[in-house]
Amino acid sequence: MDINTVEEKHIIPTITERLSGSEALIKCLLAEDVNTIYGYPGGAIMPIYDKLHQYQDKIHHVLTRHEQGATHAAQGYARISGKVGVAMATSGPGATNLITGIADAQIDSTPLVCITGQVASHLLGSDAFQETDIVGISTPVTKWNHQITKASEIPEVLAKAFYIAKSGRPGPVLIDITKDAQFEEFDFYYKKCVGIRSYKPVPVAKDHSIKAAAKLINNAKKPFIVWGQGVILSEAEDIFKACIEKTGIPAAWTILGASALSTSHPLNVGMLGMHGNYAPNVLTNECDVLIAIGMRFDDRVTGDLNTYAKQAKVIHFEIDPAEIDKNVKTDIAVLGDAKTSLTKLLPKLKANNHSDWLQKFKDLYKIEYEKVIKNDIHPTKEGLSMGEVIQEINIQTQGNAAIVSDVGQHQMIACRYADFKQTKSNITSGGLGTMGFALPAAIGAKMAAPQRDVVAVIGDGGYQMTIQELGTVFQQNIDLKIVVLNNNFLGMVRQWQQLFFDKRYASTEMINPDFIAIARGYFINAQKVEDRKNLARAVKDMMTTKGPYVLEVCVEKEHNVFPMVPSGASVSDIRLQ
Amino acid sequence: MEENKNYTVSIYSENNIGLLNRISAIFQRRHINIESINVSESEIEHVAKWTVVVSLNEKLLKKIIGQIEKQVEVIKAFYHKQDEIIYQESCLFKIKSDLLFEERQIQNIIKDSNANIVTVNKEFFVLEKSGRTEEIALLHRELKVFGIMQLTRSGRIAVTKDEMKISKRLAKISN
Repeated sequence: MDINTVEEKHIIPTITERLSGSEALIKCLLAEDVNTIYGYPGGAIMPIYDKLHQYQDKIHHVLTRHEQGATHAAQGYARISGKVGVAMATSGPGATNLITGIADAQIDSTPLVCITGQVASHLLGSDAFQETDIVGISTPVTKWNHQITKASEIPEVLAKAFYIAKSGRPGPVLIDITKDAQFEEFDFYYKKCVGIRSYKPVPVAKDHSIKAAAKLINNAKKPFIVWGQGVILSEAEDIFKACIEKTGIPAAWTILGASALSTSHPLNVGMLGMHGNYAPNVLTNECDVLIAIGMRFDDRVTGDLNTYAKQAKVIHFEIDPAEIDKNVKTDIAVLGDAKTSLTKLLPKLKANNHSDWLQKFKDLYKIEYEKVIKNDIHPTKEGLSMGEVIQEINIQTQGNAAIVSDVGQHQMIACRYADFKQTKSNITSGGLGTMGFALPAAIGAKMAAPQRDVVAVIGDGGYQMTIQELGTVFQQNIDLKIVVLNNNFLGMVRQWQQLFFDKRYASTEMINPDFIAIARGYFINAQKVEDRKNLARAVKDMMTTKGPYVLEVCVEKEHNVFPMVPSGASVSDIRLQ
Repeated sequence: MEENKNYTVSIYSENNIGLLNRISAIFQRRHINIESINVSESEIEHVAKWTVVVSLNEKLLKKIIGQIEKQVEVIKAFYHKQDEIIYQESCLFKIKSDLLFEERQIQNIIKDSNANIVTVNKEFFVLEKSGRTEEIALLHRELKVFGIMQLTRSGRIAVTKDEMKISKRLAKISN
């Protein structure tokens, strides 16, 4: 089923109908254009699942193998489509298992609506079977949450949930519904939420701050743009590109901002932060105007704040007022949605080119290429490198694939070396760094964008955190390509142990199972590569085989990811080796 | 690092279940102790007014105000320095009635402190004192030496000396 076509446009009812809470919930989801849900049934949510069965031709429920997988799948779905992802679980352990994914969605601003069943309202607080205070537990990691104890609350609360999840800076919302509310009948009527009086999701960019920003940018000698996911979330890619092309300003990205601008664009100077590129890190401390767009100056991007871009005037385009001056003091804050703000900014920008300044980035890139990149993507010594695997994926997919990476060394390598031609192509757990994210997130991504090649790149550690989702891949027959970069180590932790803990490899070595046998156990095609000479062929086999495929690549065990800004150091003290 | 000062935070919000948890979590997450918290109705119908007292540096407090305002059900949050507000706290002291006769000084203390006697019976009397933090602390110190059966103290409630512009804006919304 192509999820992008809704066969029947669900008409919002203008007259009421007598429905159970469960059926009302389904109608709410349909009214919000939901056609895919990830979840796991259980006692306290059975009435809703019973109705899902009745509506299965309209809503596709995907049974994951663990509730964490459901949230990550919903995240992958949301990140690639821009729609709200929906996850569902029962009370107690079902609900608590959602928490990791919810926390991940919160810190990475991913719109989710999570629905949990709850024990009947008369049992609340009695330590009933599978009762847990999921509203209390999820409070710090949700944008909003609410418990429903009466069926009549369902339409309004669900409408608010979708509105809050998607509007402004997106985030996860959890709705907990007691079992009696699921059974109770009431007169259903649905009205979409268009506003909440206490909530102003999108501040309006003020003309004077746009003007001040334009003036500073136009007069800058060495301006530098750092952008984040805000560009993608506000769908500002085109106007963003127009701004940088008009001004000739070099621009670098956070890992969540990756792919908003093609990696081959001449003004794209690479990745920021701890394992980002050499030039953008070093030159952060040489620019005269730093223009941040839709990013939040995460510590992995800034390193030591006391030595971060102190010489520069800082302009911050940002939708969330709480981010202004949170980490980096700004000179000009432009509050608002990136697309709206940049649209207002563009006509005020003077055409320019900063070729001498851009040349500095190119010169530093050459140094990085010689010392790091060349050996990463075209290694000559024995042992496969993670970089050459990513390079081979680039070649076989012509840079058109969406890359879903897990967390660790392979993630940094994938983000550094993947070619991105189109937006929403880099799906990874940035803020929370959730190992186990990639496999389920890739399931959601592929289902939301079935026309795209989706390649999950996962380390041997993270793979085993959610490996059971191979069951979901098989059951749903998802045409997903899974590349396991196996170094028999928790590589990033091992790297830190080597560099900062005198090579004491405490609990980082992994004795792994036969990943090929496991994949085949799930009836998924699989191949293992240990030699360079077989790599290209294997990647090609994977990409041309219809249906799911697991490719295990045994890579060099003790490879380190460089460049590196050591924790707490200045971005300009980035190490190349 | 700026030094910590005593600040009073005013929050206008919806009156919903769970918001207390959300607000307190913002402080807890940063390892900050809330000295007192009070929630009541405000000058606007169906809008709750919070008064939170914390000791913090201003830079951090500004960020926290941002996080509070970010909550969907919070309408607006402000912080005030001590000299920008009129505030009161309240305290109840339960004391043995015998002491009223045995320790004549207590009567003077009560008189000087402008505290009210709420009730008296053969066993105990209850003293109520409203005022600023130091006034209540002084009375507490003075009574402590004689022995206090029970003591309870309220959170701070405060109004600002300057006009709260939010009130007018809110009145418009709720009408």
